[in-house]
Amino acid sequence: MLNLLWLIPLLPLAGALLNIAAGRKLGDPRSGWLATSATLISFLTTVLAYFELLGRQAEKRSHVETLFSWLPVGSLQVDFALLADPLSITMSLFVTGVSTLIHLYAIGYMHGDAKFSKFFIYLNLFVFSMLMLVLGENLLVTFLGWEGVGACSYLLISFWHTRNSAAVAGKKAFVTNRIGDFGVMIAMFLAFSHVGSLSYGAINEAAHAGELAAVSATAIALLLFVGACGKSAQLPLYFWLPDAMEGPTPVSALIHAATMVTSGVFLLTRINPVLHVSYAWVSTTVAVVGAATALFAATIAVSQNDIKRVLAYSTVSQLGLMFLAIGSGAYVAAIFHMVTHAFFKALLFLGSGSVIHGMHHEQDMRKMGALRKVMPITGFTFIIGWLAIAGVPPFAGFWSKDEILLYVFAKSPVLYVVGIVTALLTAYYMTRQVIMVFYGKARWRDHGDEHGAHGDFTPHESPRVMLMPLVVLSVLSVVGGAMQLPFSKDLHFLEHWLAPVVEESEAHIGKTWAYQNKYLLLLLAVAVATAGIVLALAVYAKAKLKVVEPKVLEQAWHYDGAVARVVAGPGAATFNLIAWFDANIVDGIVNGVGQVVRSVAGSLRKAQSGFVRVYALLISIGAVVILGWLLLRGVVL
Amino acid sequence: MNDLSNFFGPAVDWLAISPLLSLLAGALTLLLVGSLTGQWPWRLYAHLTALSAVIAIAISIRLWGDVGTNGARLLIGGALALDQFALFAAIAICLAIALVSYLTSDYLNREGVDLPEIYALYLTAGIGALVMIASNDLVVLFLGLETLGLSLYLLAASNRRQVSSQEAGLKYFILGGFASAFFLYGVALVYGVTGSTRLINLNAALTSYIPVPRNDAVLLIGIGMILIGFAFKVSLVPFQAWTPDVYQGAPTPTTAFVASVGKIAALVALVRVFVVAFPSRSDDWGTIVFVLSALTLVVGSVVAVVQTNVKRMLAYSSISHAGFILVGLEAASHRASANVDDGLVGVAVYVVLYAAMVVGTFGVVTVVTSDQANSDASGSASLDSFKGLAKSQPLLGLAMTVLLLAQAGMPLTSGFVAKFGVIQAAVAVGSYELAVIAMVCAVIAAFVYLRIMVSMWLADPSDSTTVKVPPLSRISIAVAVAVTLVTGFLPSLILDLGSNLAELASK
Repeated sequence: MLNLLWLIPLLPLAGALLNIAAGRKLGDPRSGWLATSATLISFLTTVLAYFELLGRQAEKRSHVETLFSWLPVGSLQVDFALLADPLSITMSLFVTGVSTLIHLYAIGYMHGDAKFSKFFIYLNLFVFSMLMLVLGENLLVTFLGWEGVGACSYLLISFWHTRNSAAVAGKKAFVTNRIGDFGVMIAMFLAFSHVGSLSYGAINEAAHAGELAAVSATAIALLLFVGACGKSAQLPLYFWLPDAMEGPTPVSALIHAATMVTSGVFLLTRINPVLHVSYAWVSTTVAVVGAATALFAATIAVSQNDIKRVLAYSTVSQLGLMFLAIGSGAYVAAIFHMVTHAFFKALLFLGSGSVIHGMHHEQDMRKMGALRKVMPITGFTFIIGWLAIAGVPPFAGFWSKDEILLYVFAKSPVLYVVGIVTALLTAYYMTRQVIMVFYGKARWRDHGDEHGAHGDFTPHESPRVMLMPLVVLSVLSVVGGAMQLPFSKDLHFLEHWLAPVVEESEAHIGKTWAYQNKYLLLLLAVAVATAGIVLALAVYAKAKLKVVEPKVLEQAWHYDGAVARVVAGPGAATFNLIAWFDANIVDGIVNGVGQVVRSVAGSLRKAQSGFVRVYALLISIGAVVILGWLLLRGVVL
Repeated sequence: MNDLSNFFGPAVDWLAISPLLSLLAGALTLLLVGSLTGQWPWRLYAHLTALSAVIAIAISIRLWGDVGTNGARLLIGGALALDQFALFAAIAICLAIALVSYLTSDYLNREGVDLPEIYALYLTAGIGALVMIASNDLVVLFLGLETLGLSLYLLAASNRRQVSSQEAGLKYFILGGFASAFFLYGVALVYGVTGSTRLINLNAALTSYIPVPRNDAVLLIGIGMILIGFAFKVSLVPFQAWTPDVYQGAPTPTTAFVASVGKIAALVALVRVFVVAFPSRSDDWGTIVFVLSALTLVVGSVVAVVQTNVKRMLAYSSISHAGFILVGLEAASHRASANVDDGLVGVAVYVVLYAAMVVGTFGVVTVVTSDQANSDASGSASLDSFKGLAKSQPLLGLAMTVLLLAQAGMPLTSGFVAKFGVIQAAVAVGSYELAVIAMVCAVIAAFVYLRIMVSMWLADPSDSTTVKVPPLSRISIAVAVAVTLVTGFLPSLILDLGSNLAELASK
């Protein structure tokens, strides 16, 4: 079965190609069903691969499927190879699973769009690239997927490219990601020069065996972290993600919440032995950047009024938590949170999409309210998502967040405080969102005219094809925590499963104070979540406290504006200088050479007069020169 | 007196020369039966020509295996050589004959003069070419040279209704005679020094012959004159002046023939003579080949840039291709290097791939200029006639694009494999200067091909274009494009064949 591993990424690619060829003929909604079935079959194949792997002994759960020799250049031998191991199969499972649900949802959401089939081409291509990224056996195959998801993300953010803001957001995402991509590229070069291979097996083996010097491991890990910061929207490169919400909501759910943005976390987990042998301050840097991002984004989310932007900042914040986990050596917890986050954040995004759909593309929460009455299923599932992200037991998010915080406490109590404050803020702003959207006064009645439905405007529940994924995801958000329960070693299913990949690098916290008092921390986490919810209720539902939504937070601490000013000011001047150099000096040289060629040719052409006698003369001159030279050689030299 | 009863002709291995016989049979059938019967229906002239060529190819492939197992050998008392180098070129030549005869058939039918003579001339020219590439004797070589040359002069002048065609034929004839004289004088001088015209004996004589210091002049002048004769035939600068006029004036299918068969035969013969007979003087002729190659590359690519007529453009591009092939010969002159054989292999691969490219390209030109509105007074194509071709005839435009990219040496086309081969050979023997010149010229020449492509893809078609692709031309162009792409994507197909190419029969 595992030798059919290539089927997993191939199926979405085939779906995309079929839709390129026949998408327009199939039309709406059949091209969507085609794309959905492609990902569904891919998911089922992944499930088969999972069971195959599960049936093996733990240490044999790794299979490399080499498709062909990709770059056999001298000492650089790169195979086009896929790797099936617990990590890549876990990733593939939730990537294909969540993708299938979101494809299904998009059939309803994108209904009636002029570029319906094109949307599914991009979506399928994205799934293909993402699967290449996670299944790649070496950095280059991963990088292929890495760039592929970047390109698809660009295409999908600016899907409605006639809207200026969408086009700008697409560009912003692309350019910001490129900065990170340079990090990945240089890391690849370094890995090749220090290990002689780009294969994860070889790199991790070298790190294990101590053949990789700490300083080069540090450089590789840091550069990959730079790439991860770009892709996973961490400080200082986070600012493209909120703007990426310009894309259609299924895209936000799939790419900018559940899958692509987690690839940075995946990459660092994939090379965990390198991170492990690099200097200790690398892990600390990762943890600090993660913690800072988590807190920073959570504060911003408190003051946002756009339903999707709240979720976007919350995504940035949750990704920060995952990096905090990686930096604390809690790889299992990071992957655990990545998976549960994929469930509940996809659920929340799809719920918000359902709301936007029902509200005729209104995204401002101030114009919503009391929607649970007209959209009961959306409301119910969204509330489950809220409970999961807020950290209320026994929902999925509670368990994974708690696991991360446990490891963070073991690493540094200071970072733990940052984490717990983030958790408090998360519970607060999510409660605020639920109240503003689903409870309180039906403010949309006052804004009916803005939606083109004059006078009698009532939001409507979404079609069944959109509700089905919501229900499935809400079930997963409830039970997802069962993957890894803290009560007994036997319940650490995910940890046992991932052990072959991360065992060596995982932090050992068994003897720390935090571990011995983990139930105390558990209770503290529950208390904090409750506090956040109660606080938000007090402010927004009961109006007992004054609303605090400072302008500075709404403007994201003016960070985005500052970056924009630097890029537009000195940045633009520098780029203009380079462009001038290119246009005048470089092109000037090129054009100059062209001019010279033309004028030389013009004069040579004159010899071509058409007269045979001139031609004979040319031959004679040539003959005389050649023979004269030979005569010299023969007689004199 | 001479008692003829003691005279025995040399033994003849009939199978080994049957590619020649196949072409000869075709030519004789066409001339004899064709002159006794009326107009043949169903394009039979072309089919018969192509059939003879294909049979010749089949026999050559059969012989290829034979040479592979039994080794290279000499035929007919040492007059001809049977080796894979010759067979490789023979296959290219016969393929070109087959493809060109189909192009010609459509062309002549359009003109309303589909007669057997042209096809018979193709076959006789082919015979001359096959003799040249295999000849192991300077006199036999001259025989082939003249058989080929005379046929080509006639072909160039074959469109009697057009003055430009007759002018082309006459110019070609006069200058060709001039060059043949050089060649023959050179043969005489070399014979005077060594007492032989057999290539293998020449080498033996020259190797053992210790020149009196500073008195090698007669031999070197002889070699120089032979080189000049060849330089005319393969149009090396400054002996190239006839090329643009003849290419432009001759009927387009004939131009394809001159550019492919004529050029391949002369180049292969040139390489054989110099590598087999004169390796002992390679220091002397190597330098000349270096200079000629560099000049040819530069002038060919640079002057092509300012042409406005596609046929003239392609004439100069074919000149620069000859420069590239000479890079391979120059590499083969470095006898001290261990990689000297790379040059020979590079040349052989280049000529075969070049044959397909050039026939295909001129095939498209033939089709495009078939519309009278597209051709100027002399019946040849201006760049404007390609305007918007890709829009009015997407498949034809695509085919032309592939062929032009190949000529430019784009990777994933056969052109890249060919150019890479010779440049790699030059680098392997340490001839870096020539390799650099060749690469720079490839860039300059690319501009020419891009100009045609830009005109095809970016300009709008003029209203009057009604380009139709006749069925036989379609076959020809399709085969040429297929060869170009298949060898481009799977170069190992042709490179693996080339491993024994450097085993010349008489070396």
